[in-house]
Amino acid sequence: MARTRISLQGNPVRGVPMEIRTMIAHAMETGYRPGADGAVIARNLIRRFRCSFDDGTRIEPVFEAELFPAVAANPYIAFHFTPPGNGSLRFVWEGDQGFVQTETLDVRVA
Amino acid sequence: MWPEAAVRMRRPASIVLLILPLLLGLCSVAAAQTSKRPEPSDTRRSGHDFMGPATQAMQRDDDRNPGMLWVYDGEDLWSREPGNGGKACVACHAAANSSMAGVAARYPAFDAASARPVTLGQRINLCRQQHQRLPAWAWENPDLLALEAFVAYQSRGLPMAPSADVRLAPFTEQGRQLFGQRQGQLNLSCRNCHDDNAGGRLGGSPIPQGHATGYPLYRLEWQGVGSLQRRLRSCMAGVRAEPFAFGAPQWVALELFLAQRARGMPLETPAVRP
Repeated sequence: MARTRISLQGNPVRGVPMEIRTMIAHAMETGYRPGADGAVIARNLIRRFRCSFDDGTRIEPVFEAELFPAVAANPYIAFHFTPPGNGSLRFVWEGDQGFVQTETLDVRVA
Repeated sequence: MWPEAAVRMRRPASIVLLILPLLLGLCSVAAAQTSKRPEPSDTRRSGHDFMGPATQAMQRDDDRNPGMLWVYDGEDLWSREPGNGGKACVACHAAANSSMAGVAARYPAFDAASARPVTLGQRINLCRQQHQRLPAWAWENPDLLALEAFVAYQSRGLPMAPSADVRLAPFTEQGRQLFGQRQGQLNLSCRNCHDDNAGGRLGGSPIPQGHATGYPLYRLEWQGVGSLQRRLRSCMAGVRAEPFAFGAPQWVALELFLAQRARGMPLETPAVRP
């Protein structure tokens, strides 16, 4: 379980774009660095981030990103989203060594 | 990088004198917008004011300050029972937002049992050993840093208020001497950079005044949160001196002096630094 912080900027309004900010605790180890013992530290990256919106009848993708070794530790990803109505946002980070982190956030539009 | 840096340190003072007022002028504009100052005549500046605007924004906005991830971990640890039948921190201290407000601003503090000053991290470890009956965390242990960051976060925005305990005086004096003592192959003291050349540049990076107001803090170079002691260690290695051992009393003495030096400046934990 990785620590995450997800925040919506402002209150959701139907049809009005809003910013979503996400941050997750992760080492983003490149696989290129040697450790203190001289051996290469195994690669441990978040490879993919997905955000989707579930309005109760169907699931729509909102935002997807592929991450690479150049991305810093504890990746911060911000993007915009236009709420079509009530529903829930689902955030999934997937990576090396079987890493999966899932968070959900209910959206109630004004 | 270091030999070049050492040469740059010896540049004619006139260049530094030209840059310094400009930098300080810019900083004071930024400072007025970002942090509370005890007095307008106070020329002390937090390391925050020497950073680029992007890094400053990163620190100010909790949504993108990665140090907050450690604070949340610390919040969990505060109320988690240790599992050996002992009590959680919250059981003795109550809610941290009331019981811990202002505590970090007073540290390092005098520990009567050992007749020595202890840092906040050492105090947490003492509590852990004496009251929770658990082995002490190692230096720079992520859980220790998380709990320390969480406790210090309760004092964010409060002025640094080091203890006036007279028993601390000899240790603070030791710290003052260490701060001014030249050391290492480059033969530099803390003062040579952070008093004499603050506002100038070293190897392309701004030299801050060396006020330790945001620890434990998130350093982009570390890609994680680290303690003041870790920062001081890399400064010593930077002047090619051999750092004191982890937990050596010299570190605590230096922290004491730095706390006195930053008296009244607002605490920033979790700060972000490049």
